Amino acid sequence: MSTPLPLRVFEGEARVYRRVWRGSVVTSFLNPILYLLAMGVGLGTLVDRNAPGGLEGISYLAFLAPGLLAATAMQTGAGEGAWKVMAGFKWRQTYQAILATPVSIESLVYGHLLWSAARVLLVSVVFATVMAAFEVTPIGPALLAVGPALLVGVATVAPVTAYTARLERDTGLSNLFRFGIVPMFLFSGTFFPISQLPGFLQPVANAVPLYHAVALDRWIVLGITPRVAPAVSVLYLVAWIVGGSALAVVAFRRRLVR
Amino acid sequence: MSAPLVEAHRLTKRFGDFVAVDGIDFTISAGEAFGFLGPNGAGKTSTMKMIAAVSPLSDGSLTVLGEDPRRDGPAIRSRLGVVPQEDNLDMELTVTENLYIYGRYFDLPRSVIRDRIEELLDFAQLTDKRDATVDSLSGGMKRRLTIARGLVNDPELLLLDEPTTGLDPQARHALWDRLYRLKQRGVTLIITTHYMDEAEQLCDRLVVMDRGRIVAEGSPRQLIERYSTPEVVELRFRPDVPIGDEARYAGMAQRVEMLPDRVLLYTGDTDATVAKVETMENVLDSFLVRRATLEDVFLHLTGRRLVE
Repeated sequence: MSTPLPLRVFEGEARVYRRVWRGSVVTSFLNPILYLLAMGVGLGTLVDRNAPGGLEGISYLAFLAPGLLAATAMQTGAGEGAWKVMAGFKWRQTYQAILATPVSIESLVYGHLLWSAARVLLVSVVFATVMAAFEVTPIGPALLAVGPALLVGVATVAPVTAYTARLERDTGLSNLFRFGIVPMFLFSGTFFPISQLPGFLQPVANAVPLYHAVALDRWIVLGITPRVAPAVSVLYLVAWIVGGSALAVVAFRRRLVR
Repeated sequence: MSAPLVEAHRLTKRFGDFVAVDGIDFTISAGEAFGFLGPNGAGKTSTMKMIAAVSPLSDGSLTVLGEDPRRDGPAIRSRLGVVPQEDNLDMELTVTENLYIYGRYFDLPRSVIRDRIEELLDFAQLTDKRDATVDSLSGGMKRRLTIARGLVNDPELLLLDEPTTGLDPQARHALWDRLYRLKQRGVTLIITTHYMDEAEQLCDRLVVMDRGRIVAEGSPRQLIERYSTPEVVELRFRPDVPIGDEARYAGMAQRVEMLPDRVLLYTGDTDATVAKVETMENVLDSFLVRRATLEDVFLHLTGRRLVE
């Protein structure tokens, strides 16, 4: 039996990663831990001292950790959809080389998304383990929280892949992070509840996929009831995955089939 | 004779209003080394991409290895080798890893790939460099690796898009030698080039393309005989001397080609022409007698030079 085409692309990506993983260790694993230390433990001490019981009776570290898990997953997904895709089209042109083989456009996109999902999963599991090590939560709920993180990671990589596939220059990627990913990272409930945002911004935050993943993870880890029904949040994230993947296939076809 | 490997009829490629390939016909048989010769923008690469089943045809029909690229793209691609103009290798990976990954896209079993890698490294003279990253290879080595990668699935047909563009003379000859070996092994080669010497060295048969059309077809020798004379006398003038007009050279050769810096005299009787040229010695910087090349064919067919 022949290997499904997307899995062949997945295998290729995995081979490349085996060679370059050292470079990604800091951004993927160390940064989230540093954030957890600096914001959760450092800043958290200050927050807890000045607002006892202010965050529904939980420590700032515990409040932050599940949100940061989801936000890190989103960031990992964005990176996979941005730099990796730009390299495939322009810097290394490996996509053109792959399409000269039996691999089709759809398989190329799905293989890329599948690999990105694996990267998000890896980063999230490491983060969840660290979260348990900080005694935020037992390991069981921590690993359960990887589910929404994985969803938001893929819900990010799919549309970002579609976006990158339409770019001719990499300046568009800086803008994506400057005006898209970083604001979402900061203002989607990761570091503080979105109820702190000015009223007109709250619906905006509600529309961001990360908000839903953060809410789901706080529900799983801390038992904080989300304002949106969990099933709705999950469906919303899935919709981003499905829609983003379809857009990515269209964008790849426009770019590569000439 | 066996069925042709590639058969094109009224093959057309349009990009919006621009016609890149304008209804061309050609047939390529098994074991042949077939060339598309033409300047940049002649439609060579577009034609190659359609044969490689990565670019849909706009019109006409095309059969590759007995199949229709519109329907059987993956099946065709699994039997083809492609060497693109740009070495789109994975720069971060080693020589061996590049071959390995590519073999996996064709779903070759791992053990088969491992054996084939040894053969290909030997063929591409890269055995010493097997664990070097692509980044560290010279231009000629990268090119040979790209060709080796195109052979990983043991293709029946190898497409080479400008295989030696940008290489130094030594690397070019090393590459031609490799391609010649492939041809002897019975691999059918399709080559695009804008180098006359390359087409003459490698191709059994070729078509000359200009602005999306085929303007001539035949073996290099046939084309030269048909559209040129066996020999050419090239005249170069002193910088202060005007070249004059064509009438000045009437009667010296069968055909005269005026270039900005030179005059080419196409002659069937070299001795007679040279005798007449020698009377102009006081205004000439130099002259030389050479064999006609495909460049002369192209110049004759289009009135333009092949490589500007």
